[in-house]
Amino acid sequence: MNYETVIGLEVHVELKTASKIFCGCKNNSKSEPNTNVCPVCMGHPGALPVLNKNALELGLRAALALNCQINQHSKFDRKNYFYPDSPKGYQISQFDKPIGEHGYIEIEVGGERKRIGITRLHLEEDAGKSTHAADGSHTLVDFNRTGVPLIEIVSEPDIRSPEEARLYLEALKSIMEYCDVSDCRMEEGSLRCDANISLRPVGSTTFGNKAELKNMNSFRNVQRGLEYEVERQRELYEAGEPVVQETRRFDEATQTTISMRSKEEAHDYRYFPEPDLVDLDIDDAWLAQIRASIPELPAAKRRRYEEELGLPAYDAGVLTADPKTAAYYEQVLAAGADAKAASNWVMSDILGALNSEGKTFAECPITPENLAGLIGEIASGKISSKQGREVFKAMWETGKSAAAIIKEQGMEQISDVAVLGPILDEVIAHNEKSVADYKGGKDRALAALVGQVMKATKGKANPALVNQLLIEKINAL
Amino acid sequence: MKITAETVSHVARLARLAMPPEDLRQLAPQLSDILEYAEQLQQVQLDGVEPTSHPFHEVNVLRDDVVRPSLPRDLALANAPEAEAGQVRVPAVLEGGGGA
Repeated sequence: MNYETVIGLEVHVELKTASKIFCGCKNNSKSEPNTNVCPVCMGHPGALPVLNKNALELGLRAALALNCQINQHSKFDRKNYFYPDSPKGYQISQFDKPIGEHGYIEIEVGGERKRIGITRLHLEEDAGKSTHAADGSHTLVDFNRTGVPLIEIVSEPDIRSPEEARLYLEALKSIMEYCDVSDCRMEEGSLRCDANISLRPVGSTTFGNKAELKNMNSFRNVQRGLEYEVERQRELYEAGEPVVQETRRFDEATQTTISMRSKEEAHDYRYFPEPDLVDLDIDDAWLAQIRASIPELPAAKRRRYEEELGLPAYDAGVLTADPKTAAYYEQVLAAGADAKAASNWVMSDILGALNSEGKTFAECPITPENLAGLIGEIASGKISSKQGREVFKAMWETGKSAAAIIKEQGMEQISDVAVLGPILDEVIAHNEKSVADYKGGKDRALAALVGQVMKATKGKANPALVNQLLIEKINAL
Repeated sequence: MKITAETVSHVARLARLAMPPEDLRQLAPQLSDILEYAEQLQQVQLDGVEPTSHPFHEVNVLRDDVVRPSLPRDLALANAPEAEAGQVRVPAVLEGGGGA
């Protein structure tokens, strides 16, 4: 039988605020344990939360960017459960009036555009961090992360393959980065993803029993965990065995998923309206202001690069995936570089060098203006593209401009006919056989002559010009 | 509303309360009586009345995103039954029981 994979993702994104969502403690879970805590986030009796305006606005910006309908009348609710990392005994979250609902993200699968629905986006507070002793004797709890603002983004079960799941996450991350709501570092936990996955016979409209996958700390591991789960569930179905509805943990070492075997008590969170926080009323003007703060998003930018700059789809995709790459590229263009030439240099040389050295754009030794300068030197024929690579290397190492390096290293390409003429005459005089071969119809012989000229000029002669002048001179012989 | 001993037991477990069987048997009818008494409120005509989870009509109480001093760590941990390496030490918990 053929099975269809059904996946829904729950993503938590930490918002990039200065302070926590309901108190003035610093939003930094990497500080020394329990140094960013106060009576509010430690859940002391009588301490009252007050919503951080910036957290709300970032959440709304994210919801709008994900095409959500905004619940302009919204509120917070208590989600009750006991766990040591939640000092109040409940989490302040949103239940029936999330700030955003009915959104979507577009992904491109096999050249086709596909819409993945977003059920809801709500604001909530993060929990603390538990460290379990290796011998199982105790657990240590750090409350620095308690009260860090989060948005939870729940997708519809519209995802049909592990690859689509990865594409959805990449698109989501990219949009969040463009909106500047989060730094979205999955390995550091500022973006976290749980996945619900089930199989069903192709054509069926009901859902099979699902597994909830946790502990996947990279996009690649999300895809791998889901791929493993597809196979595991398929084998169970084919062997006529039931798929148990349960929570499973991705194990990076074995690249498999493992049942968490935690006692699956039915979740009973007893949500009720949070009495310590008043309702939210987001009027049209405020919403319009937030909407106006959203920059051009990656999908629109990609289309513009293709349509207005004439870039291939591949280039547009690479350049727009990360807002920092796009910003750098646009600065290179603004400094006067040709769109396609700039795309080639940014995609292969700049991104390649940044990646191999683990640097960010902020640490890039070549400014966009200097890269545009280099592209200009090549376009004007001052240096050859081969020399351009050497100049790039020197620019990367020294941070100097292309012009400065070309001057220092005496690399100016010789395009002066008066300078080249005597050199060409000499080469022609000393290579009678090649000249004769070329005249006899062996075009390749010309390359040998060009090579001699390049050697004589230490690679500085303008190859195209040399080519043209040689032909003229030989034909005139 | 009839509250069974099972419901009391479930609610007691959610609240992490140890509940001897005799208390369960005693509490079930008591809770039923209380809820039935409160159920009279269901008869009130509420057409056109907005749901009220707060007594005031105030909305949008917000604060600016400004960092304020946190508690000194020794003070923050002063009420913890046990602390270790600047963290609160608790009995071992099973992985994955948390929410967020």
